[in-house]
Amino acid sequence: MTPFTTLSGIAAPMPLVNIDTDMIIPKQYLKTILRTGLGVALFDEMRYNPDGTEKPDFVLNQPQYRQASILVAGENFGCGSSREHAPWAIADFGIRCVISTSFADIFYNNCFKNGILPIALPEAERDLCMKDAEKGANARIEVDLAAQTITLSDGQVITFDIDPFRKHCLLNGLDDIGLTMEKAASIDAYEDAAAQSRPWV
Amino acid sequence: MSPKTLYDKIWDAHVAHEADDGTCLLYIDRHLVHEVTSPQAFEGLRMTGRKVRAPERTIAVPDHNVPTTAGRDIHIDNEESRIQVEALDRNAREFGVHYYPVSDIRQGIVHIVGPEQGWTLPGMTVVCGDSHTATHGAFGALAHGIGTSEVEHVLATQTLIQKKSKNMKVEITGSLRPGVTAKDITLSVIGATGTAGGTGYVIEYCGQAIRELSMEGRMTVCNMAIEGGARAGLIAPDEVTFAYCQGRPHAPKGAAWEAAVAWWKTLYSDADAHWDRVLTLRGEDIAPVVTWGTSPEDVLPITGTVPAPEAFTGGKVEAAKRALDYMGLTPGMKLSDIAIDTVFIGSCTNGRIEDLRAAAAILKGRKVKEGMRAMVVPGSGLVRAQAEEEGLAEIFIDAGFEWRLAGCSMCLAMNPDQLQPGERCAATSNRNFEGRQGRGGRTHLMSPAMAAAAAVTGHLTDVREMMQ
Ligand code: SF4
Repeated sequence: MTPFTTLSGIAAPMPLVNIDTDMIIPKQYLKTILRTGLGVALFDEMRYNPDGTEKPDFVLNQPQYRQASILVAGENFGCGSSREHAPWAIADFGIRCVISTSFADIFYNNCFKNGILPIALPEAERDLCMKDAEKGANARIEVDLAAQTITLSDGQVITFDIDPFRKHCLLNGLDDIGLTMEKAASIDAYEDAAAQSRPWV
Repeated sequence: MSPKTLYDKIWDAHVAHEADDGTCLLYIDRHLVHEVTSPQAFEGLRMTGRKVRAPERTIAVPDHNVPTTAGRDIHIDNEESRIQVEALDRNAREFGVHYYPVSDIRQGIVHIVGPEQGWTLPGMTVVCGDSHTATHGAFGALAHGIGTSEVEHVLATQTLIQKKSKNMKVEITGSLRPGVTAKDITLSVIGATGTAGGTGYVIEYCGQAIRELSMEGRMTVCNMAIEGGARAGLIAPDEVTFAYCQGRPHAPKGAAWEAAVAWWKTLYSDADAHWDRVLTLRGEDIAPVVTWGTSPEDVLPITGTVPAPEAFTGGKVEAAKRALDYMGLTPGMKLSDIAIDTVFIGSCTNGRIEDLRAAAAILKGRKVKEGMRAMVVPGSGLVRAQAEEEGLAEIFIDAGFEWRLAGCSMCLAMNPDQLQPGERCAATSNRNFEGRQGRGGRTHLMSPAMAAAAAVTGHLTDVREMMQ
């Protein structure tokens, strides 16, 4: 997995609440058996007309946001299905960090498996990020995972919380499966004990 | 011993390793797999030379993509769908997991097949690369959806890296009134908490109205725990649960059954257990409900009117405006005046035998409104066979419904069953998101009986008026 250390980039504002995974990537793109190439389909129905042309109003179609690497969004971002195609599409587009007040549980988990940093902030601080994002290419936001800080374009620093284990894995790009396999002895022992206590399972 | 919730008890029984910071490796008893979220996971195993650690605990079934019309076992027209189904076929056989192909009568929606075959049992941990894994919580199993990276993790290690969620209790007191169903309970709860209300929690549903539900109804309730944002929904197992499980193909038998039941009987929340959040609704207060917007929290009793965006606060004002625009509705309009052109009865929320019985009871001796496209998609081949045996299929067909083969179908419209732009559907599924049932399609969620009533009248209808 690509490590996430620091990021400096343009943030795109998407204040809508409850942006669901069907909006992030609709089902017709779930038919792939690959993880890559989904960036063009990100936010498909909001981004394109039925004939495939771009909707000029949509934020990521505006020239100043085409290179956005951060998304600032309304609450409960990523609700809906478990499709990892959502973070795959976000990462493939080039977005490495999503800032909101809250995230749906499975989406939040999935981000960490794909080198994306989801940051949950109190509303007032998320709103500061949103304001900065609305300035377009004039504002660059800096995110430092090790320091757990967001630096806004005017130099203001916001700190954020993150689970230490997840932070460690993201900073170092660690593969979960490899880490878990180092604990194979514990899993073996659990299986032996469970075979005694709950043999019917 | 300190008092525990049901969630605490199941959790404690499955911790294979706990790190100092509380991060646990949770052992997974059952891993369900379908064709959409698994190809990349199996490919990952292949690339790293890893095996499936416990193929005997892994069950695969194609459901999301499969057409629901005859001949699908021979050929699937849509090339991408065919490739996904074929990939599952190859992966299931190569890695040696249990498999129900489309040609098998036991095939169906993964969350219906699991319980039906006795794979899902009380006290288990169950995961699947699908958010509606919450369904299995109806058995008092800790069940939740995972992403594809986690699917690969479970395939390789039979564990999941997890931190514990908080405990939330949702109690439904008293009894439901006639015409009110499990679907109305679960939608009403989401209406009360919002779609983010359960975030960070595992919900246990309890109270008399929950106890009085069949297993089918309990599955409907837990199924939509995810729409309330919760990691999982749970219902403590009882005699109803045991009776459902007994005799299922993969349920324990004989002495093993007795031992299992003895343990299952300890699976309840202790009277003085700690709850981080409690919500109580009176069963008598719950009415048949429908959704008007594009989020499952946009719920109102069928007797209500379409709300105005100004009735909301914060970001929801904009969201409601957008929803009304998308849904083509004006504030103040009576919900029962909303005309529909499509009816979909099915999905892992309401595709079980009891759901078909409830819909058929309304449709018996009636016809669907002229011009209506109405379809029933049973949740599994076995549900379909049973419905045919009970004469329900005949009632649906006589009323003018299409009688389809099992699968997810128009719940998410990955197969050919889709809404066209502007079409409006009374659906028994679980999501009314923009484009969920087809680009530009409009979805109103409701119970099977309510959907049947709408099919007859051609507009959203209070089913209670048809029950007299
Ligand atoms: S029926 Fe719908 S919600 Fe259930 S598993 Fe299939 S697509 Fe998902």
